[in-house]
Amino acid sequence: MNIPALTIDTVRAGLREKHFSAVELAAEALRFAEAQNPNTNALLTISHERAMASARRVDEALARGDDPGELAGVPIAVKDVIVTRGLRTTCGSRLLENFIPPYDATAVVRLEGAGGVIVGKANCDEFAMGSSNENSAYGPVRNPVDPERVPGGSSGGSAASVAQGTSVVALGSDTGGSVRQPASFCGVVGVTPTYGRVSRFGLVAFASSLDHIGPFSRSVKDAATLLKVIAGRDRNDSTSADAPVPDYPALLDGNVRGLRIGMPKEYFAGLASETGDHIAAGIEVLKKLGCEPVDVSLPHTEYAVACYYIIATAEASSNLARYDGVRYTTRAAESETLSAMYRDTRGEGFGTECKRRIMLGTYVLSHGYYDAYYLKAQRVRSLIARDFAQAFEKVDAIVTPVSPFPAFKLGEKTSDPMDMYLSDIYTITCDLAGIPGMSVPCGVTESGLPVGMQILVKHFDEAGMFRLAHAFERATS
Amino acid sequence: LKITDKDVRYVAELANLRLTEDEIARMAHDLDEILSHVDKIDALDTSGVEPMAQVLYDADDTASLREDIEHTPLGSEAATANAPLKGAGFFKVPKVIER
Repeated sequence: MNIPALTIDTVRAGLREKHFSAVELAAEALRFAEAQNPNTNALLTISHERAMASARRVDEALARGDDPGELAGVPIAVKDVIVTRGLRTTCGSRLLENFIPPYDATAVVRLEGAGGVIVGKANCDEFAMGSSNENSAYGPVRNPVDPERVPGGSSGGSAASVAQGTSVVALGSDTGGSVRQPASFCGVVGVTPTYGRVSRFGLVAFASSLDHIGPFSRSVKDAATLLKVIAGRDRNDSTSADAPVPDYPALLDGNVRGLRIGMPKEYFAGLASETGDHIAAGIEVLKKLGCEPVDVSLPHTEYAVACYYIIATAEASSNLARYDGVRYTTRAAESETLSAMYRDTRGEGFGTECKRRIMLGTYVLSHGYYDAYYLKAQRVRSLIARDFAQAFEKVDAIVTPVSPFPAFKLGEKTSDPMDMYLSDIYTITCDLAGIPGMSVPCGVTESGLPVGMQILVKHFDEAGMFRLAHAFERATS
Repeated sequence: LKITDKDVRYVAELANLRLTEDEIARMAHDLDEILSHVDKIDALDTSGVEPMAQVLYDADDTASLREDIEHTPLGSEAATANAPLKGAGFFKVPKVIER
């Protein structure tokens, strides 16, 4: 079996036609992961026991004649900020290098309930803070397309694993673009669902009003199937939406003729030429499919980075207060008092980027600054959300680049944090507005680097987004 | 520089974060750079605009309430299993009363 070419459908067909058992597939996938992972460092933990146990359950269900589930036997990687019972979950942080969660995230329960086989935990920026996966305490991830380049971040390990073939699909998390941007850098599909579409129970919190769990895959259909499995109301997450979950993979083939596609002018000005050329070519493909491009404006886009880095860091500074050396982290040795122990543990344990964001977030929430920064940013967030609501009165979807440039070199942007933050410009607005978005592969540059096209739609219109992405994928591959 | 080392020390104290002297100097520089970009939102007139604390969607008033069903809690053994220091079902910490 050709592990890196598997899809959910080919796994299903292989099991049904008895080309392989789930146990045989899992063993082969684990061997492949062990052999290939050193090339990228995409997986921090390869979970042999858990994968084989899941595979045995699938084979037993098949032997009984039961439905083994929509993800039966499919090798899956899970970003290491999503907790897995009994399986180490580090969040890419030294603080949690020994953390063994006592429960499973709801998304993990649903994946495994559908027969999915978790083969490993994926590397990421520490506590999901970063755009290059260079902030992991366990070393950077290398882009499978070019090992001198970053895979993007913060879900760089999930994207690289799927691109490399050590998993068929993966879970990531997206707070400001952490699924779509690495998907674009690695040439795979990455989806940020509507805020509330997928339960965050068991997703280690970064910025609660912005955090999402989202799928990675090598095809639009696989992303649609994965989202269908993990989406839906969860009593353990009061922010999960009580809205019916459409059968996304069954709805892919609808007509896209006549769809109005918004092109926000703010996203195309000053765009690096090669990326811009590929997105322009992508829009030509959509036109050939019968879509109608429409110029739109999202006038508050220029304030998005400022708005995001106030809200995200403020919420992060609160959420990360829990890593204090008492309950689950490592603890600094020999601190004499409790407050010294907190300070020493956090000072030794957090990496540079986490410290920077905790400091910025604490600053903007501190006495005298709350109104000027946090409250002001929340008002700006309303304006950004309103921009999208007004645009979606005129168009069915919005198409933009995912990132201003393709994957950059390791170390290229680490010296200037503001430069790194500004690279998130095209992805953060989606999180601020809470709308769904995805990255779909849109060609490669002359030097072979993937470019991603971003599709944004209105709240809970994932089915429409997948349909457009699926038509685009078929027309370009 | 708008952000001074003194500001950094004060905020680090609020954040329970011990920083080295090198980190303090670098943090002052980085925060200053980031805040000078972030300050651009000052120029935007947001009078009459409601702050957006959460993404809202249409739902019943009680949609965020769960049913009141009994379930078994984690238990102190599982809850303390990852603690660096524990005993008798509790987390152990250094001396609390000081300052």
